[in-house]
Amino acid sequence: MANNIAGKVAIVGVAESDQIGIVPDRSVIQLHAEAAHNALSEAGLTTRDVDGIFTAGVSPMETAEYLGIVPKFMDGTAVGGSSFVIHVGHAAMAIAAGLCSVALITHGESGRSRIGIGGFPQGAQTIRGQFEAPFGLPSPVGAYAMACSRHMAQYGTTSEHLAQIAVSTRGWASLNPKAMYRDPLTIEDVLKSRMISWPFHLLDCCLVTDAGGAIVLTSLERARDLKTHPVVVLGRGESIDHSNISQMHDFTSGPAKVSGKLAFDMAGVRPDELDLAMIYDSFTYTVLMTAEDLGLCKPGEGGAFFAKGRTAPGGVFPVNTNGGGLSYTHPGMYGVFTIIESTRQLRHDYQDQGIRQVKDAKLAVAHGTGGVLSSAGTVILGRA
Amino acid sequence: MADYTKPLPMPDPLTKTFWDSVKAHAMQLQKCGDCQKFIYYPRAVCPYCGSRNLAWKPVSGRGKLYGFTINMGKHPSTAPFSADAPYVIALVELDEGPRLMTNLVGIDPDPTKIKVGMDVVVHYDDVTEQISLAKFKPV
Repeated sequence: MANNIAGKVAIVGVAESDQIGIVPDRSVIQLHAEAAHNALSEAGLTTRDVDGIFTAGVSPMETAEYLGIVPKFMDGTAVGGSSFVIHVGHAAMAIAAGLCSVALITHGESGRSRIGIGGFPQGAQTIRGQFEAPFGLPSPVGAYAMACSRHMAQYGTTSEHLAQIAVSTRGWASLNPKAMYRDPLTIEDVLKSRMISWPFHLLDCCLVTDAGGAIVLTSLERARDLKTHPVVVLGRGESIDHSNISQMHDFTSGPAKVSGKLAFDMAGVRPDELDLAMIYDSFTYTVLMTAEDLGLCKPGEGGAFFAKGRTAPGGVFPVNTNGGGLSYTHPGMYGVFTIIESTRQLRHDYQDQGIRQVKDAKLAVAHGTGGVLSSAGTVILGRA
Repeated sequence: MADYTKPLPMPDPLTKTFWDSVKAHAMQLQKCGDCQKFIYYPRAVCPYCGSRNLAWKPVSGRGKLYGFTINMGKHPSTAPFSADAPYVIALVELDEGPRLMTNLVGIDPDPTKIKVGMDVVVHYDDVTEQISLAKFKPV
């Protein structure tokens, strides 16, 4: 695919808010600002350097005002948890086109403590209010569960397959001091946990936390003069399949099929060349379906792909090495953390931490899912 | 009926025909006069071909279970439904093509008894004097 983006723009700073997990003394916008400051500081930059602003959840107006930034370029694409991954692609395009020079992506949610959050009104005359709400689908867990039931019936995917994903992810969380849950987990633990919305047990579901996250990008040329080892954006893709789960085209495959192909094609990279994958894990099934859509394995073979700890620490294909939304943090729109962790792995930030560092990591995919398997953003990142 | 506390749809001028047909226990959906596909939910434009040549047609009320989940009832987003738990939320694919969000009734909420692909038929539930819901039961 012809393009003038791949390899020209680098991530130069990534950070969480000061604390993540249960943070009852921070509002949503404060979490955005803390993460922004931390990510800029890592690169040796300040808000004065920023001329591009990208955010979801709160508007670019609110973020710009709060941080004192007067942007030349802005993007408030808000399509759920994938938004911040999509912003990385948009920021790369804006920088490559010369429309801004330093792009700041901010995220922050008080998902657990509910400090300073807006509401999500769901009127009875909306599409969802008329055609879904009267039937009592728990949101969002029921939507993912309903989709999963189809994969199980069509391909023989089992609750044990799903549980293995939670277990492998917890293995990575046990190595991450910032992870909320770090105790070892067994497949039996997952299967014995309370059923929430069949086929999902409690431990098939992500956490609910408070957290902020931020990403700073600039041209690779400028990145060479900054404090961090640059991580280059090689490819990006995005798409939407549906908004309401009843309109999903195929319960076993979603918009990652489109976003993934776009990203891999732009990067000129094949899935089997990757060193790790950071895949949005709102639920165990989200990871399984996305792995198939991204081409990490074939349709229907997700169960085998994750079996026997293949994606766990020490496994052949590391997935969700921060402990994921299932065990590390999930404030509501988790996508930014797939980029943060990919960047740290590709910079070899964990090189003195043994198995926590994916050895010689050079290529990663970061993938965000938004809504109810609705939207997708994929980014291929490489160590410069 | 007066004390029905769960979310109810508020029909809009375009969707009123659908809700009236369900209330009459004779479900109608829009069919595209150009690509000949039935569509759901009701819209101003055909999602398959972009045409506005849409007309209301009766449907059979028969279909197959496309997917389902069983809500155990402790979820805050479905508090008004807690007394019903466990209950089945399902996506049904009508013989005419479209898929509808619905509840599966007339069967135990037991995943060993409910099978994706099973044949189902509409069961009209008159939940209030103004609104009926199209639910489905096994054939």
